[in-house]
Amino acid sequence: MLVAEKNSLTEEIEKMVEKHGATRAALMPVLQDIQRNHKYVSEFAQQEVARLLNIHPVEVYSVITFYSFLNSEPRGRNIVRLCQTITCDLIGKEIVAKAIERELGVKFGETTKDNRITLEFANCLGMCDQGPAMLVNDKVYTKLTPEKAVEILNKVK
Amino acid sequence: MENKKIKREGAVIFSEYKRGDSINKLKEISRDDVLFELKESGLKGRGGAGFPTSTKWMLTAAAKSDKKYIICNADEGEPGTFKDRVLLTDYPELVFDGMVVGGFTIGAKEGIVYLRGEYEYMLADLELYLNNMRKDNLLGNNIAGIDGFNFDIRIQLGSGAYVCGEETALIESLEGHRGEARNRPPFPVNTGFMGHPTSVNNVETLSAVTHIVLKGGSWFRQYGTNKSTGSKLFSVSGDCEKPGVYELPWGTTISELLEKVEAKDTKAVQVGGASGICLNKEQFSRTLGYEDIATGGSIIVFNKDRDMIHVLKNFMEFFVEESCGQCTPCRIGNTKLLEGVEMIEKGEFTFRYINELKELGKTMQVASKCGLGQSSPNSFISILNNFSEEIFNQGNGGTNGK
Ligand SMILES: Cc1cc2nc3c(=O)[nH]c(=O)nc-3n(C[C@H](O)[C@H](O)[C@H](O)COP(=O)(O)O)c2cc1C
Ligand code: SF4
Ligand code: FES
Repeated sequence: MLVAEKNSLTEEIEKMVEKHGATRAALMPVLQDIQRNHKYVSEFAQQEVARLLNIHPVEVYSVITFYSFLNSEPRGRNIVRLCQTITCDLIGKEIVAKAIERELGVKFGETTKDNRITLEFANCLGMCDQGPAMLVNDKVYTKLTPEKAVEILNKVK
Repeated sequence: MENKKIKREGAVIFSEYKRGDSINKLKEISRDDVLFELKESGLKGRGGAGFPTSTKWMLTAAAKSDKKYIICNADEGEPGTFKDRVLLTDYPELVFDGMVVGGFTIGAKEGIVYLRGEYEYMLADLELYLNNMRKDNLLGNNIAGIDGFNFDIRIQLGSGAYVCGEETALIESLEGHRGEARNRPPFPVNTGFMGHPTSVNNVETLSAVTHIVLKGGSWFRQYGTNKSTGSKLFSVSGDCEKPGVYELPWGTTISELLEKVEAKDTKAVQVGGASGICLNKEQFSRTLGYEDIATGGSIIVFNKDRDMIHVLKNFMEFFVEESCGQCTPCRIGNTKLLEGVEMIEKGEFTFRYINELKELGKTMQVASKCGLGQSSPNSFISILNNFSEEIFNQGNGGTNGK
C-alpha cells in the first residue's frame, strides 16, 4: 500500500472511531464501516483499528474471522450472497447458482477477474416466502429465476 | 421485495394500533401496572425459549444499577423465520413502542436493536422512523410529557452469525467480541450488556407488549389456550400455495395450518426451523403451543416429492457452519451428524452406527453450552425416526439403496 493510501485510510478510520466512540463496544460498527467501504478489512486497517480502540490486533483479527460478513482478504467491488438454506434450496437455488456461475465464468467462493463481483453463499436471509433470494451488497432480491438473477448481476457496476 | 404494507388479519398482533398510543398510556399507569398486566396476559417470549416476559421484566426492574438496557433481538436467523422482518418493515410502531414501554418498566434509559446484517437494507427506514419518534417526543427526554422519563433507541447491526441470536452471544457481539455464548448464570437480567441488568426481548414479544399495555392482560389471554395465551405469528414457507406470515391463536393444529396455507400432498412439516422437529402425516393433528409443540413460529412444508435426506443434509450443513466452535459436543457433534447423513445419502452406513449417532445427538442435547448445540440434533433425530420407512426401507434417501 502506498503511503498516501495508508494516510487516507487512517484518516477514514479515525473518523469512524470518532463517530462510534473509541471503545471496545465500537469495534463491530467500525469494522462494518470499513467492510462496507472497502469490502474487506486489510491488515493495515486492522492494526489501525486496534491502535485507535486500544486493543490487540489479534483480537481484531479474531473478531473478523468469526463473522461471515467481515473479511480479512480482498473481495470484489460487489458481494453477492445467494441463500443456500432449505426453502430457497427447494425452490431453485441450484439452477440460479449454476446460471450465475456460467454467466460470470467463476464459481461460488470466487471473484470475477475484473474484480466486479464476489460470489458467496449465505444462510437464510429471512425471505423464505419469496425465495430464491440473494443479497447484492446490502440490497435484497427475491423470487429469482436464472434469467432474472443474471439480469440483476449484469447491471451491477 | 414484495409490496410493503399489505393488510394482514389477526386478532392480537395485527389488530388496530396507532403509533404512540401505548406510550401515552404510560401517563396514567405505573410500572407496577405494566408488570401486572403482563403477568395477567401470560405472555411468554416469542424468540423460541418461551420464558415469561413479566418475570424477565420484573427481575430486570428489581435489579439495582445506575444503568439498565432493553435489547430488541432482531437477529432472526432461524431458517424459515421471517415474521420479525415483517414486523420491522410493516409495523415498526409495535416494535419501538414496545421498547419504550420496556424502558419505562425496567428503568432503562437506552434501548438497542440488534439488527441482523442481512437486514441492513431496512436500516435507513428504521433510523428515519426513530427520528420521527424523537420529533414527536416519543423518544428523548420527558417522553410524552412524563417528567423524568428519558429513553432513546439505537440500532446496531450484526454481521452474519446465526448464533448471535442467542442472547448472551448477542451481548458479546454488541460489546465488540466474537459471538460466543456465555455460561449462565449469571443471567443478562443481572449481568447483561456491559455488566448491567439487561432484558433481551424478541421483536414479536415487544410487539405483543404494545397491545397488552393498551388493551389489558385479560384481553390478551382470551386468545389461545390456558398455558399458551394470545396468538402467535407463524412464518410459513416451502411447498404451499400461500407462503407468508400468519397470525393464529395458539392451539391451532398442523392440519388446520396446512389448510390455511393451501398445502397439497404434504409429506412432512418442519416446525421451529432447522433447530426444530420434523413431523410426518400421522402427527399433523398435533397442536402448536407450549402444551405440545412450542415454537418460535417457523413452519416449513415439504410435499410428497421431497427427499428427506436432502432436507436433513441442508439442516446439518447449516449447523456445521453456524456452530461457534466453543464447545466440543456441538463443534464435533454436528460434523459427525453431517457425516452420518452423507453416509446414508451414499448408502454406506450401518444401522449400528446410525443408532450411535442418535445417541450422540442426545448427548449433544444435554452437554452443549448453548441452545444451538442443544437443539441441532432435533432434526437429525426426528427425521431419521419419523421417516425411517422411506429412508431405510424404501431407500429413498439420495442414492441410498438405488
Ligand atoms: C442459537 C440461538 C439462536 C437464537 N436466535 C434468536 C433470534 O434470532 N431471535 C430471538 O428473538 N431469539 C433468539 N434466540 C433466543 C434468545 O436467546 C432469547 O431467548 C430471546 O431473544 C429472548 O427473548 P424473548 O423472551 O422475547 O423470546 C436464539 C437462541 C439460540 C440458542
Ligand atoms: S453449543 Fe455450539 S454454538 Fe453454543 S457455545 Fe457450544 S459450540 Fe458454540
Ligand atoms: S431459506 Fe432462503 S431466505 Fe430463508
